[in-house]
Amino acid sequence: MGRAVRRARARARGSIRAVAAPARARPRPTGLRAAYAARESTLLPLATFVALLAGWELGAQTGALETFFFSSPTRIIAAGWQEIQLPRFWNDVSVSGQEFLVGYLAAIAIAVPFGVVTGWYRSAHDFFDPWLSAFNATPRLALLPLVVLWVGLGMESKIVIVFLGVFFPVVINTFHGVRTVDANLVEVARSFGASGRRRLLTVVLPSVVPFALVGMRIGVGRAVGGVLVGEFYTSNAGLGNLVFRAGQTLQTDRLLFGALFITGLALLGFRAIGSLERRFGAWRPRVGSA
Amino acid sequence: MAELEARDIEMEYERRDGTRVSALEGVTLAIEKSEFVSIVGPSGCGKTTLLKIVNGLITPTGGTILLQGRPISQNSRDRAMVFQDSSLFPWFSVARNVAYGLECQGVPAKEARRRVQPYLEMVGLAGFEQHYPYELSGGMQQRANLARALVVDPQVLLMDEPFASLDAQTREMMQAELLDIWSQSKKTVLFITHQINEAIYLSDRVVVMSARPGRILADLRIDIPRPRTLAVKRGDAFRAQEDRVWQLIEQQARLTMKATQLRTEGAAG
Repeated sequence: MGRAVRRARARARGSIRAVAAPARARPRPTGLRAAYAARESTLLPLATFVALLAGWELGAQTGALETFFFSSPTRIIAAGWQEIQLPRFWNDVSVSGQEFLVGYLAAIAIAVPFGVVTGWYRSAHDFFDPWLSAFNATPRLALLPLVVLWVGLGMESKIVIVFLGVFFPVVINTFHGVRTVDANLVEVARSFGASGRRRLLTVVLPSVVPFALVGMRIGVGRAVGGVLVGEFYTSNAGLGNLVFRAGQTLQTDRLLFGALFITGLALLGFRAIGSLERRFGAWRPRVGSA
Repeated sequence: MAELEARDIEMEYERRDGTRVSALEGVTLAIEKSEFVSIVGPSGCGKTTLLKIVNGLITPTGGTILLQGRPISQNSRDRAMVFQDSSLFPWFSVARNVAYGLECQGVPAKEARRRVQPYLEMVGLAGFEQHYPYELSGGMQQRANLARALVVDPQVLLMDEPFASLDAQTREMMQAELLDIWSQSKKTVLFITHQINEAIYLSDRVVVMSARPGRILADLRIDIPRPRTLAVKRGDAFRAQEDRVWQLIEQQARLTMKATQLRTEGAAG
């Protein structure tokens, strides 16, 4: 990094404290307007959401939208209400949840250390890099029939597919995170006599965390897709199986309920990643306006 | 016996194309205990390289560094370095950054925190223990940087252009504060800078280095009485010293510029 760049950054950092002070000059609005202003960032998205649902429902009620193809919010809610009373539904949730969690967590547990090692040791990098690139480019869903052949029709095949989907983005992002470690900071650590292990823990890992989290974020989408496609291909339970059954029997309401339920779970996953990012990113200055 | 001694330090690098470049040539320097010595020289003369060799971060291709008459070991508990800007760990609080050297020595966290406190107070960072580096101004960051080196209580303090990125006023204040702290702790200091008046203001001796390959051109004693106030810089004695050093460096700076120009023209033609 050029010295000029570092100086510019140091200057930028110097000014941040001044910006952080609250602006007191502006007079406070009162009454209803104030109540709205305080909640604008909640109310605005809520308004678009409600408008969309209302339009959908209205279209279905007036016949503008054919409910056989598009269902309607109230129909989906009714189908969902029925569905959640069935033990089979909760079994589906449990099966898909296990496939997701086992595959996802196993991938991260292996991918992060693997990415750190391949990033830190040049020979490990030279040894694995072509394989990582090649495997990452391979459409892993194309291997699904082969995976079923290897591990059978049960949850295992889906776990393997989830694993493959999450492993590569996490390894590759972690690897690039190690590559961005500030050489100056490594030198600082060495100067104070930090052992190799301490350099890894106090310099390399903290710089890698944000990158690994990007990989994990990509992994959530890939894992959900892996579970669904895996279950479409072969399964006797799971949320993908539920959606598939509903589709086969032309039950649009159930199908959409299943899809929305999966969306909800995936959003929970993204939120979890988001809170990890905040937890491990407290040391970064906020970017962008409030 | 000198506290710190560099004997015949040579440093050669191999370029990508295999040719060898000499960065330092026969550098010999002795520093007495509690002495404040600055090294000035044109950019690229190998000052920072020399400092890193003294720190043990770089092994020289020739020569030895002696600390109290003994060759230095890799583990540099007896020498601590104050780095240039942005060398704090951005993910650690100020307190944890300052405690880093102690942490590396295996001092338990609780005791480290206790030992860090007086140094934070010394550099005026009390109350900022839990702040992250990005929340500090450039001057405050360099105070934390200084405290981090002082906490390990080294015999020799090595400072690598620590105020280079600060604005003029902050830089002057920091120079005065550094002298204050130095006069209390009486550490031996080796200070690198490219600012002549900074070197003269701070030091007992100013060592002038030549353009690459770095050699020692002159070793000047600065006999301005201490304690020195910032007003000293406006005095005639100070100006005379400044002129003397500048004349030595000017010629070297021209040589460096000429070499750069020739290279650029060569590349263009």
